[in-house]
Amino acid sequence: MSVEPLTRRSRLPLVLLGGAAALVASIAVAITIGPANIRVGDVWASVGARLGFGESGLSVIRDGIVWNLRLPRTLLAAVCGAGLAVCGAIMQSLLRNPLADPFVLGVSSGASTGAVLVVVLGAGGGVLSLSGGAFLGAVVSFAFVLLLSHTLGGTTDRVVLSGVAVMQLFSALTSFVVLTSADAETTRGVLFWLLGSLSNAGWAEVGTCLAVLVATLLVCGGYARSLDAFAFGEDAAATLGVAVARTRLILLCATALLTAVLVSSAGAIGFVGLVLPHAARALAGPSHARLLPVTALAGAVFLVWVDTLARTVLDPQEVPVGVVTALIGVPAFVLILYRARGAR
Amino acid sequence: MTVRDGLSADRVSRTLGGRLVLDGVSLAPEAGATVGLLGPNGSGKSTLLRLLAGVLAPTAGVVTLDGDPLDDVGRRALARRIAVVEQHTDTQVPLTVLDVVRLGRIPHRKTWLPASAEDDEAVRDALEHAGLTDKVDRRWQTLSGGERQRVQIARALAQRPRELLLDEPTNHLDIQHQFDLLNLLVGLPVTTVVALHDLNLAAMYCDQLVVLDQGRVVAGGSPEDVLTEELIERVYGVRAAVTKEPEGHPHVRFVRAPAASRPGATVQ
Repeated sequence: MSVEPLTRRSRLPLVLLGGAAALVASIAVAITIGPANIRVGDVWASVGARLGFGESGLSVIRDGIVWNLRLPRTLLAAVCGAGLAVCGAIMQSLLRNPLADPFVLGVSSGASTGAVLVVVLGAGGGVLSLSGGAFLGAVVSFAFVLLLSHTLGGTTDRVVLSGVAVMQLFSALTSFVVLTSADAETTRGVLFWLLGSLSNAGWAEVGTCLAVLVATLLVCGGYARSLDAFAFGEDAAATLGVAVARTRLILLCATALLTAVLVSSAGAIGFVGLVLPHAARALAGPSHARLLPVTALAGAVFLVWVDTLARTVLDPQEVPVGVVTALIGVPAFVLILYRARGAR
Repeated sequence: MTVRDGLSADRVSRTLGGRLVLDGVSLAPEAGATVGLLGPNGSGKSTLLRLLAGVLAPTAGVVTLDGDPLDDVGRRALARRIAVVEQHTDTQVPLTVLDVVRLGRIPHRKTWLPASAEDDEAVRDALEHAGLTDKVDRRWQTLSGGERQRVQIARALAQRPRELLLDEPTNHLDIQHQFDLLNLLVGLPVTTVVALHDLNLAAMYCDQLVVLDQGRVVAGGSPEDVLTEELIERVYGVRAAVTKEPEGHPHVRFVRAPAASRPGATVQ
């Protein structure tokens, strides 16, 4: 008789507290890394001054580096990491596909096409910014995926196939526009954005992304139990009282919207949404009430450090953050697949 | 018209891919009874179960729960009354036995709140009923087919249903596990509708039998009324000798037809 697990006290609060502490520490330390010699104390001083705890005592330049450059960039890294990882976790559960990631529905390729149209062809007549164009592109491609999958029958694998088809279509469009119309300089800029970059981070981006992240987390948190019910497929979820079609639509829209906002600000940072949920599952178990917050924290900490690496490793040149996530992500991914093979 | 207690299908039909899979089937299991659904492959057993579960809507006719059409009951309320064990289930998610059985509490739990004492009790009872108390930490992926069916039944019981629907739960099980499973089922205090392949298991364990053929009910009633040599020949196209066992239920023994008289028989 071993029924104690039923009454076992949850370690979740402890894990979340530890994760939050690790995130705050990571942000504080990551900010100090870089060419200007900043100390953790400077970070606290600058933040404290803005929050009204007296003068920072820093020079205007040093205060500017902390408050206007590194802090928003690091926070955006944290928000993007958290958002992409959570979107990945939800997609994997909802689509019952361990290979699903936030970009499986073509959102990132749509965003790329939108951004490229704005940058290279000047679409939008100067009114649309790069991120505005990216957001529009993402929404258009996602709407396309929904329409296509609905027409094809609306089952899970149709959703995935529609996503793949739309992704290919928009990638081809992007390549076509870049190859035929862009000069070398623009191509370089576009490419950098396509691979993901946090170098344009400002407080506006941080605010928008954070607001959408929090809203998405609240919506998806309410569906945590429904996501658990999808473990044995949609029919099984339906017999457990889940309104399958509605739940799927709401979660797909919420994650697509968050992904679109993140991609518009930071480009298509790959692999975070694919790998982090698997790592978080090993830590938090399969229950989504635990998995989603743990995934968010793990993704945030991960991308803070990856971006720090990306902007310092080849200093003064910057490596696109997507390149670094892939360099770390591919071996991690292989390891996950290898372990999954062992479990069969 | 009197309001029927429990689950009841009234002249339900369903077309799938342009083909009429169910054609005017009525079924009203008595409270607490074990009803066996028989019929050859493709006769509509699974479709009827999906209609009864409310997963699929009938194209004609209506399925009611305590007199209310399933559409009006609502998914969550339905899941608190009717539990379903599918024929074949699998998952990629690394779940333990306890995780799976806990899924059964989903229709009872409130968003954002942790499991209540009642949830824990239901899960514990279900594990006990299914004889899984010492296997709670086993991973789903390491379980045998029979154990998986047991876990799914425990999950279904954790829903605390009054109606339990099972689609060929004894498929792919060895004989001992088939008996174990059916013993478990008939001992449960719920109304059970179970699709079965094996006529003798059905005769042994079911209170009532319903035979489907090409989407229609061709026989219904107690095992001895239903399982006749004539019906088996007509529905399954095989000759059989039906005898009565000392325990009271009929026993079906299939008779091999002479090779020449078997339609389409060829020498392999």
